[in-house]
Amino acid sequence: MNKLLNVSSSPHVRSGVTTKNIMYDVAIAMIPATVWGVMQFGLYSLLVVAATVLSCVLSEYVFEVLMKKPVTISDGSALVTGMILGLNMPPSIPIWMPVLGGVFSIIVVKQLYGGLGQNFMNPALAGRCFLLISFAGSMNSFIDPMTNAVSGATPLAVLKDGGSYDLAAMFLGKIPGTIGEISTLALLIGAAYLLAKKVISIRIPGTYILTFAVFAFIFGRQDLGYVLAEICGGGLIFGAFFMATDYVTSPITPKGQIMFGICLGILTGLFRLFGGSSEGVSYAIIFCNILVPLIEKVTLPTAFGKGGKKHGGK
Amino acid sequence: MGLSTFIGGVHPYEGKELSADKPIQVIQPKGELVFPVSQHIGAPAKPVVAKGDAVLVGQKIAEAGGFVSSPVICSVSGTVKGIEPRLTAGGAMVSSIIVENDGEYRTVPGFGEKRDHTALSKQEIRDIVREAGIVGLGGAGFPTSVKLTPKDDDAIDYVIVNGAECEPYLTSDYRVMMEQPERLIGGLKVMLQLFDKAKGVIAVEENKPEAIKKLSELVKDEPRITVCPLKTKYPQGGERFLIYAVTGGRQINSSMLPADAGCIVDNVDTVVSIYNAVCESTPLIRRIITVTGDAVKEPQNFEVRLGTSYEELLEAAGGFKEEPEKMLSGGPMMGQALFSLHIPVMKTSSALTCFVKDPVAASPETACIRCGRCVEVCPGHVVPQMMMAAAERHDLALFEKLNGMECCECGCCTYICPAHRPLTQAFKEMRKAVMAERKKKA
Repeated sequence: MNKLLNVSSSPHVRSGVTTKNIMYDVAIAMIPATVWGVMQFGLYSLLVVAATVLSCVLSEYVFEVLMKKPVTISDGSALVTGMILGLNMPPSIPIWMPVLGGVFSIIVVKQLYGGLGQNFMNPALAGRCFLLISFAGSMNSFIDPMTNAVSGATPLAVLKDGGSYDLAAMFLGKIPGTIGEISTLALLIGAAYLLAKKVISIRIPGTYILTFAVFAFIFGRQDLGYVLAEICGGGLIFGAFFMATDYVTSPITPKGQIMFGICLGILTGLFRLFGGSSEGVSYAIIFCNILVPLIEKVTLPTAFGKGGKKHGGK
Repeated sequence: MGLSTFIGGVHPYEGKELSADKPIQVIQPKGELVFPVSQHIGAPAKPVVAKGDAVLVGQKIAEAGGFVSSPVICSVSGTVKGIEPRLTAGGAMVSSIIVENDGEYRTVPGFGEKRDHTALSKQEIRDIVREAGIVGLGGAGFPTSVKLTPKDDDAIDYVIVNGAECEPYLTSDYRVMMEQPERLIGGLKVMLQLFDKAKGVIAVEENKPEAIKKLSELVKDEPRITVCPLKTKYPQGGERFLIYAVTGGRQINSSMLPADAGCIVDNVDTVVSIYNAVCESTPLIRRIITVTGDAVKEPQNFEVRLGTSYEELLEAAGGFKEEPEKMLSGGPMMGQALFSLHIPVMKTSSALTCFVKDPVAASPETACIRCGRCVEVCPGHVVPQMMMAAAERHDLALFEKLNGMECCECGCCTYICPAHRPLTQAFKEMRKAVMAERKKKA
């Protein structure tokens, strides 16, 4: 034998799933929503998404080089953060704002806390909320894809004021909103891809949407069309499948994921129906991110043989 | 669907097609034979021969060193060359009896004589099993006579033959079920004689339909024996998960014995060894071992005398087709990596597996992304991600609090981890540290 043999502890095989695969799957799953958004709002919106992606990836690269850490931009996590942040931007925003948001997401929310896996808030959402608070005007100025007018009023804002809605337009995505959140259909195609590839489980999005639906039905209007409109609008689908499911900032325990989804549903309902804003998904997710350690603590699974069915010999 | 199984687990590439259809070949050792005194769980055996002694096939060369221990039986005739430390599969140097084979295979008196097990008392059967040096041949090496001696015989309602063979690449149990089913069923009948209230269950994963068919056919007129097909999933053959699947939900934890759930579990080759010892006066001197992997020229299943060198196994399988990066004693999920083939076949040696490529070295560790896959697949229902955090800080108290001692080291978490973190390795170290700490306090 000429070669040296490798010696390591068992197991000696690996499943082939890698962090990189997972991140690229998430990015692929956002392509339908991105394409739809660009079709509705024009090429400028593509520039916005490209700007956030570049801003996130470059921030990560520069930070890691300056801090003399291994450069991890190829793992795809900064790309995903950039895409989510970009899809959360209104289509007509001045380009420097999303760039600033990307820097904030990666440097402040992710890297300063220790990099991948260590942040306690979803970086893209924290970046969005940072921009929402700082630049409320630009962040709330939306284009109506049907008229190309800057109208500002999303369907949920109209609904909140007691107005009417077009459910089909909401499902398809012919409504004002951020670049990636408008088409329920495009988002569901991406979600189906993630579920089929087992990148995410249905636990968080399922319980989130269901809880919110029940909440909206009880405290909003007892009307199925209204509940569906609330689900299709305001980035709930985008948030439920692509942001609440962020591994790093959601519970690791299966029961905890269900509890997390329920908390999200209730909070989103509260923010939307009783709060000042008609949206609320971003804040609900950010708030629940902070609850994750507590949720995990109370939902630790029972170890095999430590409870459940007890059997002694008869 | 509807097949018995457990919650969690993974489906690694099976790789059994390499050797599944290769009938068991008997190979005879060429050089010296090496018998480590510790090839079971429990106290090491004490040598009862000295350098220069002549020994026979079937002769006891080391006696049990305590209640939880097992004697070692010589598998050839010849002369004792010495007693010295030798390298074993686990990497440790273990005191071993070295026997020069004279190639004549002269046996002790009475060796191989037929015996009617129904005429034997329970105690006689247990004594025969103990003196035959039989231990769990599935890999753990727990002395079988101890397993067969629970506190209350009547509390046992299941005798389970573990034919799951969930470890990828291994086909030795499958070949035994295909080629020696009568001996397997005979061994189970001997065991059932010890436990009047028990039913016998032969549990086989459904990826071995031929074996299920053959065994079902043979036991159709046996009132106390059934065949239980199991879902193909690793670690289905883990004792605790096998009991759960076969009994429909009985759970034992790490500090309990199968008997606490009314079960006796033994591996296929172990049960055949019981038959050989009780019905044919043949103690444990051989075992079935698979030599496989993509680096091996002709993957095969061998019947080999204990003490034979791994080098001879590889030679019998045609040597290497391609130079391996990794060699294992056992299968890829729980096997031990080898740096030398100059080690003896022991009672617990189930396979020699050689891979051209080592995926472990090719997958460097990255940061945990908290994806939760380890939690999903863990058959012990613990949270490897949190246990790893405790292990990184060497926090023994937290590790125990997180039920780290319930980890069965099956490797599912490490297999599935997209960040390639060495979870199982860390848990093995932590479990050892906790055990050592407990001993210190006691």
